Parts: sequence; C-alpha cells; structure tokens
Amino acid sequence: MSKTINLHHQSWSRRKAIKTIAGASAAVTASATIPDVMGYAQSQSSAPIRIGFQVHRTGIGAAYGRWYDRTSQAAVKRINDSGGINGRPVELVAEDDGTDPKRGAEVLEKFATQKNCDVAFGTLFSHVVIGSAPRAGELKLPYFVVSEGHHVASGILNRYTLQPGITDVKSQVEAMAPFIAENLGKKVAMVFPDFAFGHDHRDYFSAAFEKNGGKINALIAIPPTETSFTKYFPKIPQDTEILYHVMVGPAVLTFVKELGEFFGSRRPEMFGFIDSLEAVDIASPGLEFLDGTYMWEGNPRYVQSNQSSHDKLYRQAVGVDSNGASISDSKDVSTYAHMFGCWETLNIIKAGMEDSGYRGPEDRAKLIEAVEAMSAMPLSDDHPQGSKIFNGKTHQTFGHQYITRVSEGKLVLAHTTSIEDTFYPDEVDYTTQSF
Amino acid sequence: MTKSLHISVLTSLVLLFFVVSDYHDGNLARIMVLAIYAVGYNLLFGYTGLLSLGHALFFAAGMYGLALPIQHLGVSPIEAFAMGLASAATVSLVIGFLALRTTGAAFMIVTLMFAQAGFLALLYFGQWTRGDEGFVIQQADRIIAGIDFSQSTERYFAAFVLFAVAYLLIAWLISTPFGKCLIAIRENEERAQMLGYDVHRHKLLAMLVSGTLSGASGAAYAFLFGYAGATFASVQYSILPLLWVLLGGAGTTIGPLIGTAFAFYLIDISSHFTTAHLLVVGLAIVLLTLFAPQGLAGEIRNRLISWLP
Repeated sequence: MSKTINLHHQSWSRRKAIKTIAGASAAVTASATIPDVMGYAQSQSSAPIRIGFQVHRTGIGAAYGRWYDRTSQAAVKRINDSGGINGRPVELVAEDDGTDPKRGAEVLEKFATQKNCDVAFGTLFSHVVIGSAPRAGELKLPYFVVSEGHHVASGILNRYTLQPGITDVKSQVEAMAPFIAENLGKKVAMVFPDFAFGHDHRDYFSAAFEKNGGKINALIAIPPTETSFTKYFPKIPQDTEILYHVMVGPAVLTFVKELGEFFGSRRPEMFGFIDSLEAVDIASPGLEFLDGTYMWEGNPRYVQSNQSSHDKLYRQAVGVDSNGASISDSKDVSTYAHMFGCWETLNIIKAGMEDSGYRGPEDRAKLIEAVEAMSAMPLSDDHPQGSKIFNGKTHQTFGHQYITRVSEGKLVLAHTTSIEDTFYPDEVDYTTQSF
Repeated sequence: MTKSLHISVLTSLVLLFFVVSDYHDGNLARIMVLAIYAVGYNLLFGYTGLLSLGHALFFAAGMYGLALPIQHLGVSPIEAFAMGLASAATVSLVIGFLALRTTGAAFMIVTLMFAQAGFLALLYFGQWTRGDEGFVIQQADRIIAGIDFSQSTERYFAAFVLFAVAYLLIAWLISTPFGKCLIAIRENEERAQMLGYDVHRHKLLAMLVSGTLSGASGAAYAFLFGYAGATFASVQYSILPLLWVLLGGAGTTIGPLIGTAFAFYLIDISSHFTTAHLLVVGLAIVLLTLFAPQGLAGEIRNRLISWLP
C-alpha cells in the first residue's frame, strides 16, 4: 500500500517511464517465450489436447484463413460439447503464418517445441504446406493439411503429413473431364494462371479430357501479375466449344467483365473452378456474364434442393446462411467449397486419437497409423460434404465433386461425381517409411 | 577490442545453443542463416551506399543453384552448395555489370526489375522449379559424410559456421584498403573517384561479394530447412534484408545479426498477443526510425561504444 502511495509522489522522468515500460515489456515478453507449461501442471489425463492451427490470417490467403478459422472454431466447439477427445477438452492454438512458407515452417516449429501441441493442422496454400512439411517430419509432429494440393499424394512429403479431409486437385480435375466431354463439348480452350496450380490443371485436365475423347485446342497461360485479359482472348480458337478457366486471381471480376465484352451473346460453353470466386458474391455486378456457365465446387455454396441434414447442421454450426454468406453479414461470403475440410479433418483427428488411445506426443506414431488404417468415411455430421474413401498409403482422401450451374445469381447443382471418378493410381506408399 | 567483440559474439552464439530451449535453438539457426543474407546486403548498402531492391534474386540464385542440381541431377550436397555459390556469383556479376551503369533511384528500380524478372522466370519454368509451390529437398539429400543436417544440433552448428565465416569475412574486408575504399565511395563517390580509385570496379566487386553471400544464405536455407520455392525470389524477400539492416544498424558488422533477430522475435512475440502483429511491427519500425535512425547497433555506437565496427 505504501509503495502505491509513494509512486504517486514520484516525479516521472522520461528515463523512469522508459525503464518501467521496458520492465513491463520484458515481463510480457517472457510470458510469451516461456513454454506454455502452466496447463501441464495438472495430470496429463485431463490436460487439453492442443491442436496447432496454422492459419492464413494475413497475406494472399487471408479470405480463406478467416473462414477456415470460423469453421475450425465451430468444429472444436462441437467436439468439446460432445465430451472432447478421449474425455479431454480440445484447444485450438492458432498462429498466423502470413501465407508464407518460411513463416509457416517457423509456426510449425513453435507448435512442436514451444506450444506443446499434439498435432498441427489447417494449412491451405500449397507453398506453405510444402515449405512446412519437412519440419513436421523432422519434429515428428503429425501435420494434417487442408490444402487440396496434389503434394501429399504425389509422394514429395513425408509420413507425418496427411490430407484426410479434402480431395486433391488432381482428383478434382480428372473427375470433371467425363462431365465436360459428355455434356458441354469436345474442344476445350484452357485459360489458367502461369504458376504451379494452373500447370496442374493444364496437365491433369488435358490428359483426362483427351482420354475421354476430347481435344485441347488452346492452352492460354496468364502471368500472375496480369490485370487485364483482353489481349489473350483472340488466342481462343473460333471453333472452341468450351472455355475452361481457373484461378485467374484477384482480377477475376475484370476477367469476367472483359470476357463478356469480347464474346457478347455468342460465347462458347464455359466451365470454371470456384477458387477465384471463393468469398466473392456470385451476384456481384460484373459477374452477370457467368450466368448459365458451370462451376466446380468442393461443396455447394448455396443450399440445394437435396440438402442433407448433415449440411444443415454444419452450416448452422459455422454460421453460414443458405446463400453461403455469414448469418451476421450477408456480404461476408464464405469459402464454402473448401472450408468443410477443416471440419472434417478435425473430426478425423478425433477419431484417430480415439482409435489409437492417444495420450500424448509419445503416441503420435500410433495416431498416424490409426488414420492410415481408415478407409470409408460415410456421409455424416462428421463428414457433411459427402462420403469419402481415404487412402492410407498415399495419405490422401477421395470424395464426391460437385458441378453447379450459375442461374440468376446463384449456383444450382447440376451434377455430382462418383468417388470412383476421382481415383488415379497410387504414386507413393508412405506406410513403408519409418517413423 | 574489435577482435574481442567478434570472439564474444561468436562465443555467445555457441553458448546460446546450450542455454536456450529447443524452440529458440531452431529460431537461432534460422536467424543465423538469414543474417548471412543481411550481412551480404549490408556490404552493399551499409558500407558501399548502394540501395538494392533486388537482392532476392541473389538469394534465390543460391537457393535454386543448390536445390535444382540436387533435385534433378542427384549431385552431392557439397557440390550443390558450390553450384549455389557459383550461381549467385555469376548472377550478381552480370546484374552488377548492368545495374551499376545507373545510380540512385534508377539503381533501385533496375535491381527491382531484374529481381522481378527472376521471380517470373522461376514461375515460368515451373516444370523444373515447381514455381510458387516449390519443392522439398528430401532428408536423404541433406546428409554429408554421415552427418544429418536435418537434425537440430547439426543444423545449428552448420548455420553457426556459415554465419561465422560470413561475419568474419566482412569484418576483415572492411578493415582492408578495399573496404576503406567502399566506405569512401559511400561517403563521397566523386571524391573517391578524384583520388584515383576505380569506383566502378570496387562497386562491382562489392556487388559480387554481397550477392554471393546472399546466395550462400539462400543455399544454406534450402539445404538446412529442406525447401526451395519461388516465394523467396519475390519482392518481399528483397525488402527484408533492407529492413533487417536498417533495424540492426547499417554499416556495422553486428547490425545485420541484431536486426534479423530483432525482426524475427518482434513478429514471433507480437503474434502471440494479437492478430494485428504486423501493425506492431510497423509501429516498432516507425519508432526506431524516429528515435534510432542509425539502427540498434548504430545507436549503441553513438551512445555507448564509439569503437563498435
């Protein structure tokens, strides 16, 4: 008490103020850098399961990251409401990776060696996954990614990296080929970004489409820095029956507008991937030209006539309305085609931990073996996007893909692929790698 | 005095490995590797007075100079590291030859443009580079003479040895007539020229050493952390060494290490408390610029240790 009174009588020089601030900063800093051991004072049996969540809060993936965060928080709440994992509560330890591979690896290191996380989870952008995965393997930290990249199944990563909650781009693209060849036409001009994601589309779709009797009559790569597209459109041959477009980036509104100006009312059939239009209102001014065209969606953004009770529960839990926007802000459109992967992956982590009797980091190998042993994942509240088949050897899941048609500013389901449509031969067997 | 300082810095880095937690060991290994990049940048910016906005090109030249031969040709890590250095040296010599025809703002723009061209080339040749996604250097390819450099102890001391070489090289270089001439160019280029120094040759050599050190950092990062990707060639990675050097103290030998560590922990710690950590970083930079314009080591030199090299 006397100390407090005395303080009031001190004259505060700048030096004293700086010292005080420095002292306080040091204390605060120490609390941030000392490992989070407080919770471990209690017995491990009741300590929370800590899931490190590598989230794109800043950088190019921020829009996705915001919804990945909301979905993951909702999934964890549901898991905790139903008793947690093996009777232990689940705690999500979120950390921004800046959508940057260097920071991603650093964050993973933080989860393993400072935050005492049991597993890491949640990464979307492929370059962050590929930059982080080597550290996951070195730290022996199970790393559950929600990326849709082909990197996991291609075999370039390691036994500690798995993608059980979302399908990969290779299977998505290959499953589109039969629908397009049978329903939209045989001659395709592809417009794709001139980087790895676009090249995957170019290579996998071209091969699958030609196998289905189609012909690729133009490959038009758009440099990633491009902001205007008109000069590329004359490269589209006149006999093109389908224009296939994917991920032109933030300039997608310009792309569609200029496409409309170029083709007018005499456009070819169009098929695109929703990726560029995630978090964008499909009824936005300038997107009218997309009316009547087809889109791939990992999960239909708009409530469909055949909506399952599982999608209803999931949509409500995350806080998404029937148009795919936030229930509290209709302008805040979700990344519905991808974010289900977080929900499903967290449920798979729970199932894996329960199957393996997971108690702590010493059981990480058992957890991976338990997930590798999984196969059929039926449509359920845990898997609201649809049933899936997990391939334990390639660490990759396979599932239904949805093709929707833009109609009056909404996306209406036109076709659902079978899981078998998405299969391709195994390229790796991670189970042969030691822990 | 100066020798004692260098020995103390390097001894501290060795001792820190045994004192701090695993988490900070990992961070320090990363900081030392990236500090090599800052040390290289500091030679050109801090000592020669040339502000490049394209050093990511040299970093990436070293990174891919090591990673591509390992990935596609199966060469050994030591050979690949030599290739990384040779690649960075060649690129920095060519870019230096062209860019040094300009000065001031034009030099900044030309280096930025070359770096951007390099970044786009990495994306364009995605068949080999895997573009923005990049690729993993497998653990089996990171073993030299039975020593696995994916393990934390081996990685830490490899990073330390490389940093020590870069640090001592620059400390020695600036004490030689060549280094003094670089400082003379920074202070007054016309006067240095008038005194008979071949300014262009000195600047080109500074560019060569600076670029090669940056490339050594890129090669070391790829080898020790197992990943090469085009992100490291993006403009952001040209800005970072400038930031580290400004924070730590341009034209000081210890500044690049201090700046790299400070920036790393600023992000790491602030992100613990707020999702707006970039705001904290921005604020810290503004405050440092206002109150310590010569960087942390520069302020120490001004206020406490006037002999700080």
